[in-house]
Order: sequence, then structure tokens, then C-alpha cells
Amino acid sequence: MNRLTPFEWIAAFRFMREGLMQTLLIILGVALGVAVIVFMSALLSGLQSNIVRRTLNYMAPIVIVPPDQVARPLRAGEAAQVAAQVQPRSQQLRSIDQWQKVRTLVEQVPGVIAVTPVVSGPGFALRGDANKAVTITGIEPESYFRVIALAEKIVAGRSSVGTSDIIIGIELAKDLGANVGDKLRLTTATGTAATLTVIGIFDFGNKGVNERNVYIGLRVAQNLLDLVGGVSSIEIKVSEPFAAERIAQTIQAGTGQQADSWIKTNAQFFTAMAAQTLSNTVIRFFVGLTAALGIASVLVVSVVQKSKEIGILRAMGTSREQVLRLFLIQGGFMGLAGSVVGSMLGWGFLLVWRGMAKNPDGTPLFIVEIEPMLFVFAAAGATLVGILAAVVPARRAAQLDPVVAIRG
Amino acid sequence: MAETNSAETLRLEGVCKSYGVGTPVEMEVLHGIDLVLQRGEFAALIGPSGSGKSTLLNLIGLLDQPSAGRIFIEARETSRLTDADLTRLRGRSIGFVFQYHYLLPEFTALENVMMPILAARGRPDDEMFRTAAALLDRVDLTPWRDHRATDISGGQQQRVAIARALAMNPVLVLADEPSGNLDTKSADSVFDVMRNVNETSGTTFLIVTHDPRLAQRCDRIIELVDGRIISDKPNVNVLRRG
Repeated sequence: MNRLTPFEWIAAFRFMREGLMQTLLIILGVALGVAVIVFMSALLSGLQSNIVRRTLNYMAPIVIVPPDQVARPLRAGEAAQVAAQVQPRSQQLRSIDQWQKVRTLVEQVPGVIAVTPVVSGPGFALRGDANKAVTITGIEPESYFRVIALAEKIVAGRSSVGTSDIIIGIELAKDLGANVGDKLRLTTATGTAATLTVIGIFDFGNKGVNERNVYIGLRVAQNLLDLVGGVSSIEIKVSEPFAAERIAQTIQAGTGQQADSWIKTNAQFFTAMAAQTLSNTVIRFFVGLTAALGIASVLVVSVVQKSKEIGILRAMGTSREQVLRLFLIQGGFMGLAGSVVGSMLGWGFLLVWRGMAKNPDGTPLFIVEIEPMLFVFAAAGATLVGILAAVVPARRAAQLDPVVAIRG
Repeated sequence: MAETNSAETLRLEGVCKSYGVGTPVEMEVLHGIDLVLQRGEFAALIGPSGSGKSTLLNLIGLLDQPSAGRIFIEARETSRLTDADLTRLRGRSIGFVFQYHYLLPEFTALENVMMPILAARGRPDDEMFRTAAALLDRVDLTPWRDHRATDISGGQQQRVAIARALAMNPVLVLADEPSGNLDTKSADSVFDVMRNVNETSGTTFLIVTHDPRLAQRCDRIIELVDGRIISDKPNVNVLRRG
């Protein structure tokens, strides 16, 4: 008997050691539950962060755009008639009013880590007989690459865009039969055109983006799209992508400009992610509940089996609180021990998964991060579940009438 | 009200116990029990089955509350004590020996004897080990001190239970048919141990027994029939012999 160990701990561990097989089985049950929770949580979080990362590769978390143009009925006076139907206005490419000032303001908003001006509009890429509709994006490379990971996605050539350079996607390069160093012509609906040299080819892993997007210098784009001195949008990177909507609202309130977060513009995607998270939570809840019921049932049986001993302990002067703690300790220990074994099992499952889930080229299907905090949360959660599961049997043991317990 | 004095270990005044109070089947099983045990007495409580002996013992042991009347342990009135106070008083002043030993199978003989002290003090210390070892020595079980409670004979288990009852050096030991499950030889041995403790330490014993042979070895015999003490007298045989 360790001199430092309190009475309740000594008794609790002896009780568990006496019913060793029962104790080990329930620890194993809890361990399997924790392993499933750890594995599923890591997998889902890896999957979701992978989707988010891929999406934010080619999309800024927040984009400031000029407000939509709306048709306003002109009324001469109160008595004037208003048409039942007002024809909506077509949206023209316009610049954000005083965009430099807006940019400075946005840079000071907490959570914003990079801001870049962009001129974006429709055009055509022509090379020989080939003609493809594209989205022209005029960028300021230094700031743009801090918002969008374009430089990392270059598969051929380089990313430093000059006044006569263009970066195109891998699909467009295939469609136009263009390679690094080739020239192609970019035209817009207004008739302006420029001949540019392909200096880089990118691959975002998204066919639509690879086929449609072309990147040129900001000033070239301003001239091509007839927006000299202006920008059609300001793209913003934030430190916490899931806080984008809140930050967008702050920006909108501070600048008076329309700020759209990627959460708002990808509502369906987020609904799907929320559904996935919810289903994972439901599964985790039921796995946790099963483990809790396992612990509770073992302790209920233990209280019944040991009712005479509990009665004697009470007769000898053991308080109700000591009896209560004796069973809470058992529940907490079973939860903790189960979570330690379960965390190791879950870690093992994740390592096996990492080894198996690979693309044909040998790269990981998606990166599953093994977060140490996940194990800490699993251990704390399982211990808490163990203690909570022990509350009912522990209270029952503490409330045992010694006379009834001894008489059996 | 009778006055209590410091020589009294136990005083019962008009103690009644009813079950099913307030229901049509209310039944009084103890009727106005008055009883005093002086320090160092070695008394037997006898009576037929169902006479209320165990109920009386539970009330004296503060395991149950009387429906009426008062119980004093060492002149301390117990009816107004809280559950926690009763538990403390019970742990400190009263030792129990039951028909079955109810030792904790998870612990050794020595640890079982230590258990009441451990529960009271919270953590093990050298002194409680020494106390438990001395008590086991007193019941001639030193060679068995490190054996698990399940690995010793019935008579030895009951002697460990006696040592456990004495661990907190109680003023009163209540024994409910302590030799009921034992053969004659073991029963005598257990009885001798209790008698020896009584004589050497002055601990008061109240022993419920069905065995007239053992009752005749006590100083005082109290007879309970239908919830009433019908006879309470010194055992002349023992007194004469003493």
C-alpha cells in the first residue's frame, strides 16, 4: 500500500484488480470507441481541410466588389405611375471607388493577412485557329501570390508576370496547343487586344479553372478591359478561413463596400460540410454513449456484487462521500485507460490509412494530420464520460443502507 | 430522564422501533427498551428468532434510527446527530462483528484490519500498520497477516473480523452471532479472543447468540422476547467462577 495514496484510490484500484477480466473488457470496449472517434475525427478533419485548401488555392477567402447596379424608377411626383415590372440593369465592369483607400483600410482589419487588387473580366484567347473564352485576371504578382497560391501551382515556366507575359492553365495550354515561350493573342468584347508570351503554365487540380483562367499584369488588364487606373475587385486572405464571413461583415461595415466571403459564395459546399460534421458528431455521440453505458453497467454490477462489503465499509465509519468517490474513481480510470489505449489504436489506424490511401502516382489521397490535441481531447472526454457514467452507480452505492446491504 | 454517567458505555431510554410507519401495516418490533451497559461489561443478548435482537443491535450500532426513545453512546445523545456525525461516531466508538466475516477479498488480513483506520485517516501510515499487526498478533494470526482474506479458514476469518472491529479502539463491540457459522472449536476460539480483549482492554461487548453454552460464558445475560426485555440479570455462574 503506497503511503501517499488516499483510501478511496486504494479501494477503487483493488476492486478493479479483483474483477480484472471485467475491468479489462470494459477498458477494451472504451478503447475501441475512442479509437473509432479519433480515427473518424482525424479523417474527417483531414478531408475537410483538404477540400478547403484546394478551394482556397484558386479562390480568395474574401472578395470586395463594387455594389450591383440597380434600375431606379424615375417618378415625377406622388401621382406618377410606376411600371409593374422594372427591367433589371445589366452589370458593367466597374472599378471599386477609391480602391487604394479601401485597400489601406482593409489591411488594418484584424485577421486580414494579405490584400491584393485585381482586374478581372471576360475575353478570348486566340492562337492560330484555336479560340477559347477565358477569364482575364490582371494581378499585382507580389501581393497576389500572398493571397492565391498561384506560384506554387506552376508546373512549367515561371510566375513573375511582366507587361507582355501571360500565365495560363494546363487545360487551356492543351486546347490552344501552347507551350512556355509561345505567343497568344488576348482580345476583349470591346475590341482591344494584346499579344502576350506564355511564361508559365499552372495546374490547380480543377479542370474548369485550368481551362478558363489566365493571369496577366494588372496594368495590361486595366488597358485591355478599359478600366484604366481602376480595379474590379480586391481579394483578401485571412488567418482563419472559417472566420471569413465575420471578417467580411467587419470590412463591409468599415468600408461601405460589398465584401463577399467564400463561405457565402459557397453556401452549398458549406451545407454539405456541416451535414458531414453533424453525421460525424452523431456517430461520436452514440459511440461515446455506448462506452458510457458499458462503464455504467460494469459499475452497477460491481455495486450489486459488493453491496455487503460497501455495507461493512459504511458500518466501519466510511462516509457516503468516500463510497461515492470510490466508484467515480473507477469510472474515471476506466475512461482514461480506455482513451489511452484507444488513442494508440486510433493512431495505428491512421498510420495504416496513410500507408494505404494513395493516388496512383503514390501521393497521399489527402493529408491526414495527426493532431496531438485530438488525443488530449479524447482522453479528457473519455475520462469525463467515465466519471459521468459512474455517477448513477456511485450514488446508488453511497445511498446503500448499511443494514439492508449487510442483510443482503 | 435518568442521568447518564461517565462509566456508562451505552444507555437506551424507551427505545421503540416500528416498520411501515403511517401505513396500515405499521408494526412495532421493539417496545420501550431501557438498557444500560457499563464500561467493560461482557453481555449476551439472547432470544428466539424474530424477537428483535438484530434490530436492537442495528439501533445501538447507529446503523438505524429508533422510532422513539433515545440512545446514548458514552453519554452522548445520538438522535439529533446528522448522518455524517453518526458515521464518524460509529467509526470511532463502535466495532462490529457479524455472523459472516464480510472481509474485503481484495485485501490481505492485515489490510482488512487496517481498513477502519484508513477510512478515518484517509491515507496509510506506519502507525496504522503497527496497530493492525498488533491486533492480528492479539488474535494469534501473525503468520497469516499477508494472506488474502479468502485464503484463510472460517475461524481465522472471524478472528480477523474481530481484530478489524477493534482497530479504532472502540468503547463498544457489537457481535451478531459471531460464531454462528463456525464449528464448536472455532466458535470457542473466537469467543476466547473476545473475552480476552474484554478482560485486558476493558472494551464493552454485547453479543447476540443463539448458543446457550456461549451465553453462559458471559457476565450478563439479557433476554429479549417479542421486542421486550423480559430478563436482564448477571450470570451467577460466571460471577461465582470469577
